[in-house]
Amino acid sequence: MTAIIVSDLSVRLGGNPVLSGVDLTVEAGEWLTVIGPNGAGKSTLLHAMAGLIPAVGTVTWNGGSLDGLSRRQRSQRVAVVPQHPVVPPGITVFDYVLLGRTPHIPSLGRESQRDLAIVERVCGRLDLLGFATRHLDTLSGGERQRAFLARALAQLDGSLDTVLLLDEPTSALDIGHQQEVLELVDSLRVDAGFTVVSTMHELSIAGEYADRLVLLAKGEVVAVGSPTEVLTHALLSEHYGANIEVIETASGPVVVPVRRGLPG
Amino acid sequence: MNRSNVADDSTDVAGRTTNHIVPRLRPAGLRATWFLGALAVLVLVVVAGVAFGPVSLPPGAVAAELVNRVFGTDLDTGLTSQQAAIVWKLRLPRVLLALLVGAMLALAGGCYQGVFRNPLADPMLLGVAAGAGLGATLFIVARAHGLSLSTQLLPIAAFVGALAALGATYLLGAAGGRRQGTVTLILAGVAVSTFLTAVQTFVQQRNVDTIASVYSWLLGRLTVASWAEVRMLLPYVLVTAILVLLRRRELDVLSVGDSEAAALGLHPKRSRLILLLAASLGTAAAVSVSGLIGFVGVVVPHIVRLLAGRSYRSILPLSLLVGASFLILADLIARTVSAPAELPIGVVTAFIGAPFFVLVMRTTKESAP
Repeated sequence: MTAIIVSDLSVRLGGNPVLSGVDLTVEAGEWLTVIGPNGAGKSTLLHAMAGLIPAVGTVTWNGGSLDGLSRRQRSQRVAVVPQHPVVPPGITVFDYVLLGRTPHIPSLGRESQRDLAIVERVCGRLDLLGFATRHLDTLSGGERQRAFLARALAQLDGSLDTVLLLDEPTSALDIGHQQEVLELVDSLRVDAGFTVVSTMHELSIAGEYADRLVLLAKGEVVAVGSPTEVLTHALLSEHYGANIEVIETASGPVVVPVRRGLPG
Repeated sequence: MNRSNVADDSTDVAGRTTNHIVPRLRPAGLRATWFLGALAVLVLVVVAGVAFGPVSLPPGAVAAELVNRVFGTDLDTGLTSQQAAIVWKLRLPRVLLALLVGAMLALAGGCYQGVFRNPLADPMLLGVAAGAGLGATLFIVARAHGLSLSTQLLPIAAFVGALAALGATYLLGAAGGRRQGTVTLILAGVAVSTFLTAVQTFVQQRNVDTIASVYSWLLGRLTVASWAEVRMLLPYVLVTAILVLLRRRELDVLSVGDSEAAALGLHPKRSRLILLLAASLGTAAAVSVSGLIGFVGVVVPHIVRLLAGRSYRSILPLSLLVGASFLILADLIARTVSAPAELPIGVVTAFIGAPFFVLVMRTTKESAP
């Protein structure tokens, strides 16, 4: 089944074209990662898919137009973890995760026992119960990233055909925590059956976790396919302007930067 | 063994769960103890405000008199009819007016701080108070020039002024770049405030004959309080309080910024606008009967925040109660400290508010935002 169909999507920000004519299909339950050089429009594509920025073109979710849903209905089905989420000073992890229940709480009402139970369960799943009463701004980078994920999971809980959009989920983490967070996302995806669309800078890691990669350059899709199809020397050196070497390994292609001008 | 393992058993993000854990963790919100405590303080302060003054009455008798009036009971108060008249005709309206004004300024201040995500935001800073002041001044001057306008319309004039100022602040802030967000807005508010205050001074200078009444209004006056003022202010206070308190959870959601709030299903601009209009209506109405009383809007929400936590779900209702107590107390001091003369209430709010604020800041571990 298809989760999201993006067709002929164009976005202009401040008069400048950021995305032009993007076509993309995301299968339900898959992990699709958008890669591309800085300024290629990766984040913009992610936010346009969530309907959070004005765009020309159509985004269809599970066969229905995005425009046909209220913002609240949309938010019950798609959660976004931005690259740098705002950390309100002094908020506890529990209250932060509870914010994820916002689209499920009546606009002038308050959270139900069920909402609280979901938050507690999600915190348990992400090993955050020990931090639940700690302030979010006192957590380490990896712990924070788990709290951000927990809010998104709490948001999607109770809805079907959900999509998790992750904007550079590992950019603030060391290599060990990168793996920890991505493994967590992957196991949650399998458990809960949601679809993941992420953007990522780390090409080798992107290839290891994604089912498919989309290479975006200057606002256009230049390649879509399996990691082996997209992480090629030709494509990457052309669009990143980088001097690299692609090494095939058991876990997929690994992209290594090589200093220009060195012999060999 | 540990809780996370227990919770693991029921993990199902798609919501097919049947196993509900009884939650032990409580969300940030209004705690009953804080609410009842603040309410109790308010009741005590009301009694004290009515009992003490140039002629002091026994607080117990005053309390009994108030209970009689409110609940229709027939307790023996021991008050002479003259003393009862002091309670009913002089003291109570003044105390209630201070209650309403204090509640409104503090609630509006807390609301602005949430809407702009800026701890310095308050009615004075955004030009709202200055706009209301100019609107009220023009109204007073127009009346002095013989326009037959009912004094009941004074809050409307102040509200129009407040809205015009807020609109100007908003437009200037937007012109300065939307990306900058709240900082530009505050800067625009300072510019608008300064400009409107200058206009107001100009209008006053051109109307020297009415300057005295405008000036006394500006300094803040609860001295002329009567039931008429209380009745005039009450509907605005109720509308504002209901609108703001019903939406207090939205301010917590707005604390993660517009973009994330939108992803959580909120319409940030819409909810901001509603909250701003409501808070401005309350501010304008309060300012139109009491004049410009500074300090309450900034300090009371901060004191509440430092004591009872940062969620707007507790800050707003507690600010309402604490602001009311604070201003009744300030007014009590203003009229007793150098009796029979009265101090301007703004002097008192600053005089007791600033040291108290510093004290709270120093004695709580959490630093100010």
